[in-house]
Amino acid sequence: MTFDPQRRVELRDVPGTTRNSLSEVVDGASVLVCCGSGGVGKTTTAAVIGLEAARGGRRVVVVTIDPARRLADALGLADGLTGEPQRVSVDEAPGSGELWAMMLDTPAMFERVVRANAPNAAQADRIVESRFFRNIAGALSGTQEYMASEALHELHDDERFDLVVVDTPPSRNALDFLDAPGVLTRFLEHRAFKLLMMPTRTGFRVLTVATQPILKAIGRVVGSDVLADAVAFFQAFAGMDVGFRQRAEAVTALLRADTTRFILVASPQRDTLAEAIWFADQLAGQGFSVHATVINRVHPRFGEGTVAEAASRAVAATKRGKFQLAAVWNNLAELRTIAAAERAELTPLLEQVAGSAVVEVPLLPSDVHDVVALDVLARHLFA
Amino acid sequence: MSNVNPLADLTSSNVVIVAGKGGVGKTTVTAVLARAAADAGQRVLVIELDGKRALAELLPDLDVRSISAADSLEEYLIEHGFKRTAKRLVSTGVIDVIGTAAPGIDDLVVLGNIKKLERSGEWDLIVVDGPAAGHAITFLTSASGLLDAVRGGPVRDQAQDVLEMLRDPERCRVLLVTLPETTPVNELIETSAALEVRVGVQLASLVVNQVDVADPLPEPGDVDFGRARAQVADALAAATFRRTRLAVQVAELDRLNSEVARPQIHLSARPVAGLSPDDIAALAEELTR
Repeated sequence: MTFDPQRRVELRDVPGTTRNSLSEVVDGASVLVCCGSGGVGKTTTAAVIGLEAARGGRRVVVVTIDPARRLADALGLADGLTGEPQRVSVDEAPGSGELWAMMLDTPAMFERVVRANAPNAAQADRIVESRFFRNIAGALSGTQEYMASEALHELHDDERFDLVVVDTPPSRNALDFLDAPGVLTRFLEHRAFKLLMMPTRTGFRVLTVATQPILKAIGRVVGSDVLADAVAFFQAFAGMDVGFRQRAEAVTALLRADTTRFILVASPQRDTLAEAIWFADQLAGQGFSVHATVINRVHPRFGEGTVAEAASRAVAATKRGKFQLAAVWNNLAELRTIAAAERAELTPLLEQVAGSAVVEVPLLPSDVHDVVALDVLARHLFA
Repeated sequence: MSNVNPLADLTSSNVVIVAGKGGVGKTTVTAVLARAAADAGQRVLVIELDGKRALAELLPDLDVRSISAADSLEEYLIEHGFKRTAKRLVSTGVIDVIGTAAPGIDDLVVLGNIKKLERSGEWDLIVVDGPAAGHAITFLTSASGLLDAVRGGPVRDQAQDVLEMLRDPERCRVLLVTLPETTPVNELIETSAALEVRVGVQLASLVVNQVDVADPLPEPGDVDFGRARAQVADALAAATFRRTRLAVQVAELDRLNSEVARPQIHLSARPVAGLSPDDIAALAEELTR
């Protein structure tokens, strides 16, 4: 006996809109950005979309931020995901495309970006070998988002692929990702860094630290040696800002391209839904639209009956002393109660994203950790 | 866990930092612990770090404060002789630069702020709704990281003070939250190892949120539905679904028990999609049983 969770129906009935299906959104895309808060199943959703698109003939690469071991297992990648795309075997059906998967390696990606922009290897070495590099590669606010957007651009230009599916970092702030391409240029243009970089008559810039009151202040707080190291690190970026700016513009243009589509992923709890609404709102504020909305882990309703019907049968069974039967009807009532509560919570989000393709994926009886479960999810996503 | 009074165990340090993967219910557990301690007569302060307003709504009568890195840094600067320039340092964004020059300083000043509140002695318990997924480890390692990087000055002193608090189990513990499912349990196992090794912080009991406490359901095939036909298939499907999920839960709780040698405290799942202050109060009672 298996339950039949083919119940996405009423979600499509929000009035006043015609909805595209998720397949239509995917078919017309060359980049898919999956966004949403942490813990809603973004990574798995990205993987399933990638798998299905590959089966439909696309050459897909999925980039994930989350080093989820089980996902690598489910995709049959014995050594886990790495910072380079790895080929995943999908069914060898005729017309089937390719699936590749990789994990974002933020410091490695940052190093690649530095090397691509540095005028020569020596300058690149000075930056990446600095003792601050690894710290900063991970700590500069927005670095992960920045590198995700860089990876997206790099893979989009890679001829091996015709669809890039990217899973964004679990930020509460959608703007972190959209702003990401400009992170380094803004940083290098920062007034405080301009001070640090300001040429002095002696040409010995660290001296500036001692002469600028603000920098002196910073030095007193963090320690002057720390500041001197930081100054040396950023001085190594001299002359690279034009390249970074051009790159940032190219990535921004890609994010705004017609074939780049945003998929909002959420789950039916009040707090994650509130975040999803806020997310959608932020996207809209920046002129981006949500093309598809995936609601994961929705409790199935188990038929068209009501909570009250199931509960009254439980009461009747209890009266007759049939406790096992009562337990089974009670269980149905309980699960329907949860399903109804979730549906009530979903309404504001569905109104917010009216016009996007909405897909509801049921909560499965057990966790997604093998290719069979990925297939089950794919059937729901692309039903 | 039979000998452990959950509330006594969870309130045995001055500060409890609640951590866990996104979606496991960190905020819920923060609220439940604060509620239970306050109802037991303790003076409780609740701290949230990511600007969400949820906790104030769940705990309308408690002292809930929001601490941000920017405010903490400003406060820190004022206390360290930058009275006149602190505002300007913040408004011109120089703060961001400081944060970058010394990675982790934003986390450190937040922890320093918590330490200051702890030292004030105004509260019996400070519950911190920890940073979001993945950030918990970097947040808590900020002090030891800066201690390595900074050789002198106020930051180093601050890092030392914070580390002292983190490593004293009477002053501070980390409460890890998970769900009785595979992925969150994996996450907890990884986080617990990293925290103990890299931070040296003591773990409180583990809290497993949304545990299904339903009585075991009968094997659907064994149930006699009599002459009923309508919705019987739905009831059977629902029973199979629930039994499968319960089996996963049992297996995952066992696995957690064998992988992480800490007592487990279970909070029961409630049949709602968002909790109210009443739900929090009911869950808080589970801690005092």
